[in-house]
Amino acid sequence: MEIILALIMGAFIGMASGYLGTLMLSKRMALVAGPLGHLTLPGIALAFLFGFDISLGAFPFVILGIILIWLFEIKTKLPMEALTAIVFATGVAVTFLFLPEEKTIPALIGDISQISLIAVVITVILSLFIIFVTKKIYRKIILTEISEDIAKSEGLNVKKYNLLYLLCIALIVSLGVKIVGGLMTAALVAIPACTSRNLSKNLFQYSYGGLILGGLSCIVGILGFNFTGIPVGLLIIITSAVFFLISLIFKKEAVNK
Amino acid sequence: MFVRSIESKEELNMPKNILEVENLNVKFDDEEILKNISFDVKEREVLIILGPNGAGKTTLLRALLGLIPYKGKVLWKTKNVSYLPPQELVQRKYLPPLTIEEFFKFKDVSNEKISKIFKEVGLDLSLLKRPFGALSTGQFQRMIIAWALVNDPKVLLFDEITYGIDVGGKETIYSLLHRIWKQRNLTILLVTHDLNIVYEHANNVLCLNKKKICYGEPNKILNPGTLKETYGMGIKFYKHDHK
Repeated sequence: MEIILALIMGAFIGMASGYLGTLMLSKRMALVAGPLGHLTLPGIALAFLFGFDISLGAFPFVILGIILIWLFEIKTKLPMEALTAIVFATGVAVTFLFLPEEKTIPALIGDISQISLIAVVITVILSLFIIFVTKKIYRKIILTEISEDIAKSEGLNVKKYNLLYLLCIALIVSLGVKIVGGLMTAALVAIPACTSRNLSKNLFQYSYGGLILGGLSCIVGILGFNFTGIPVGLLIIITSAVFFLISLIFKKEAVNK
Repeated sequence: MFVRSIESKEELNMPKNILEVENLNVKFDDEEILKNISFDVKEREVLIILGPNGAGKTTLLRALLGLIPYKGKVLWKTKNVSYLPPQELVQRKYLPPLTIEEFFKFKDVSNEKISKIFKEVGLDLSLLKRPFGALSTGQFQRMIIAWALVNDPKVLLFDEITYGIDVGGKETIYSLLHRIWKQRNLTILLVTHDLNIVYEHANNVLCLNKKKICYGEPNKILNPGTLKETYGMGIKFYKHDHK
């Protein structure tokens, strides 16, 4: 039963992260999920210490991290990448002050050994929410990437869509840490998107390719964990990376260069 | 009574203002980019905005569209305005694999309408399957004009529409604009460096260099004095009648 729950949860997280990842890659923000994943570590530590759901601990810390970076940027005008480094490194350091040693590995690379039905249901609902919102904002965000001025002159509320987009990122990072841990969330969104990019001729194939490859990587990774006992996060990322390598064989021509 | 009725009829046929701008001021940090700009644009008018680099031309268009904060009055009599920024500000690389057809579908437009507009701007329908970044500069500019026409706008705002296009290509684009202006009864505001097109296409010219240098019909207001004031001392001005 536990493996079925894990497969359902993993498939939905994978599909949502793969789909959102194609949008993040388009905005050249795929790597952002990395530092944000690290930011979840204090929340994961608290979740382990007090025995509540990892995502529940992770989410407020991602939001807190985003707000801190945003505030520091206003205050200092320093580049966002530098401020992100300060915030996420501090988060990691604080985490390991409190995190019990035996919980370090699960926090870093994921653990699906104890999944409750309610956690799976919430994860599925949140993943569907991410897919739904991403679909709603997809064209608008791409248009903003093409030209923010055109998007605004067409009446798009760019700030609103960016906020929804950031909310989706915060949610997917919080969900993703469950299966791949705080270290590898960037890979969860970036690799399926890159693979899909290699195989796609148009936006439809690219976006839904990311969704399918994300889900598939998680399913294969979780099944691999079931048979081998190797940590699930590692297997999901390695599966994604193998799909990426295979995609290189079938890579379409670089169409927008 | 008879005279008055003729006057009323003429008044009815007179183009109305579609845009009124009064004392428009734009500041970035403490730098004044535009100072006390006032002008009107009438329906079906072509207004060309001239000025050197850094004169505030793009800033003016962006303020007119409400994309940046400003002080003063900008009153549009229509909401149906389309804007095309300079081509160098339109991202064509590093995008996802987006086809031209998918780009047009961003506006939920029917295939029939796309076909009609593509014919109008002289583009082959086979381009619809091409990637967004794979068009030539001239094709891309026509495509983006087609995209702006999808909403059947009353007003088109163009910023350096022929940037990066060779002389022949420029002429083609300006002829195209002239044709769609006539066919669609459009009002056009066009920012350009290109003095050559002014006499052929503009009803009015606004010369800008952070403030309004001159405004009116090109034949009446463009002279060595106003152009020197607009562009600085380095400019040489040769006027000929194109005969």
